[in-house]
Amino acid sequence: MSARTLFDKLWDAHQVKAETDSTPGVLYIDLHLVHEVTSPQAFDELRGRGLKVRRPDRTLATLDHSTPTLPPDADGKRPYFTKEAEAQVAKLEANVREFGVDLMGWDSPQRGIVHVAGPEVGATQPGMTIVCGDSHTATHGAFGALAFGIGTTEVGHVLATQCLLQRKPKSFAIHVDGALQDGVTAKDLILHIIGQIGIGGGTGHVLEYTGEAIRALSMEERMTVCNMSIEAGARAGLIAPDETTFAWLEARERVPKGEAWDRAVAQWRTLPSDEGARYDREVRIDASSIQPSVTYGTHPGMVVSIHAPVPAAADAIEQRALDYMKVTAGKPIAGEAVDVVFIGSCTNGRLSDLRAAAGILRGRRVASGVRMLVVPGSEQVRRDAEQEGLHEVFRAAGAEWRQPGCSMCIAMNGDLAQPGQLVVATSNRNFEGRQGKGARTVLASPLVAAASAVAGHVADPRDYMNQEVAA
Amino acid sequence: MSQTSRPLAYVHSRTAVLRDENIDTDRIIPARFLTTTERTGLGKHCFEDWRYAADGSDDPAFPLNQPQARGCSILVAGRNFGCGSSREHAPWALLDYGIHAVISSEIADIFRGNALKNGLLAIVVSDAEHRWLLDNPGAELRIDIADGTIRVPDGGTIRFDLDAFSRHCLLNGVDQLGFLLQQEDDITAFEQQQEKAA
Repeated sequence: MSARTLFDKLWDAHQVKAETDSTPGVLYIDLHLVHEVTSPQAFDELRGRGLKVRRPDRTLATLDHSTPTLPPDADGKRPYFTKEAEAQVAKLEANVREFGVDLMGWDSPQRGIVHVAGPEVGATQPGMTIVCGDSHTATHGAFGALAFGIGTTEVGHVLATQCLLQRKPKSFAIHVDGALQDGVTAKDLILHIIGQIGIGGGTGHVLEYTGEAIRALSMEERMTVCNMSIEAGARAGLIAPDETTFAWLEARERVPKGEAWDRAVAQWRTLPSDEGARYDREVRIDASSIQPSVTYGTHPGMVVSIHAPVPAAADAIEQRALDYMKVTAGKPIAGEAVDVVFIGSCTNGRLSDLRAAAGILRGRRVASGVRMLVVPGSEQVRRDAEQEGLHEVFRAAGAEWRQPGCSMCIAMNGDLAQPGQLVVATSNRNFEGRQGKGARTVLASPLVAAASAVAGHVADPRDYMNQEVAA
Repeated sequence: MSQTSRPLAYVHSRTAVLRDENIDTDRIIPARFLTTTERTGLGKHCFEDWRYAADGSDDPAFPLNQPQARGCSILVAGRNFGCGSSREHAPWALLDYGIHAVISSEIADIFRGNALKNGLLAIVVSDAEHRWLLDNPGAELRIDIADGTIRVPDGGTIRFDLDAFSRHCLLNGVDQLGFLLQQEDDITAFEQQQEKAA
């Protein structure tokens, strides 16, 4: 057999039926993650046709998008933003009961953002196909799983048949050589990559991130990179599994145990791309040249180093983006006054992200007039962070420590910015109105976000690192 | 395969044009409207933060509010339309608003798949054809799905690619879940094979 890429191997291993000129292939899905926003109409479809969920054992649901991040009141009433949000959550709770699906719900110690909680419980494993009605499903590609977002009609397809009709996308290798400098994170790396290949640069492709800079990343950093593949237009992003992957997964609740674990690891070792395997497209990126990076416009491809001047608008459309952001071409983003700082999301809501932010905030204060929200990605992250006392660091600095959820990344639960406010956010999208109507979003790493909270303006974290502050 | 949507063979309309590139799904339907548990009724929120003035009236600066754009069911949009989230609420909102076809030089993958599964035609044309369409708002087009052609006012024709299966489903109003359910035996055989290998 000729040399195959990781993507080829994943694709081939899940073909129930190969594609033909007249029909797409039938692709088997090993794990279907479900949340409250994109599933209700799909469950209705099944109910309307008298269908069951084909594999409840391969389906796992959570509550994350519409959920409040403030605790319940003394009567146990949760502060939902709207009645519709509450009804949507209640509908998923009813659907999982009716169809026999596992839910990491309000009472579960495992509840969290679907792309944080899924890997944490070991549901995400190398070699799998994973889908969810959520475009950031690409996150799970960090484990060497083919993972991509689907719409609600397809959620219904997978619930009913555990399969999708798919044509094979093209492959695109992103080789990242060298090493990231201190103060430069996986978030800066992926923002830089999106800036290089463009917001539509990955359309029609599955990305595979390779090279020594990728191998050096922790699992949490790899998830940050793969998470934002969709922001370059790619439905999926992959990183080959290795010892880092196996060590992170071992002993998690849903992974195989004992001899079955050994067999699984042996199989996973066969997944990396063969030597000489061909990709449809390839680019090389030098990690050592990357600076802390931020967005300056209204999509994630408008990226610049924090101290570099904002590029001049190429056309009226780009000028409109600069006007919306109230930024000036020729001036850097560093120094822009900040109103809100948001740390969290499926991109950067994990323990290492919170540690990085806390490292800068320890012994310092959030600047006067700045509101800072820290939202752990899951109950597990929350427990771990509280165990280490990170919540005390955030609170002492004047930040709000919230309960897990998507929160201000999608801003549909009431956590949102006011018109005109500038938000430095560790999340993944800076579209117009994404964080509230008229809100201006600057995407950044947890380090940049924390430094900006302290400075009151967009700031370089390296000015705050490795400097002891009297607590 | 069962029939779930109206068969669609032609779309015949003048065009409305949104020149912006990278019109993302948050702009098509802002996230605060995603708490619905229905597919219907989203048209009034389509482009919500773009089309209404502060007092809730139609903002005349929004191109689709201009008199000549009213009633158009073909939308010509700037490059990379539909980027961002997987929310199927985006095609639902466009259809409910009255759009039956979107034409661009590039359409985001997930949006395109979602659109075609709902009877919203999503068509990619060449850069030159795209430029002409952007520069000629109000052009009367006749899109023929069976032929894969767009007839333009001067009598010329633009060809577009549409995968055979999507074409078949649009033309006959058949749904893909029905097709998948017919694969039951193969799916079961695949699962048995997978379990044996584990």
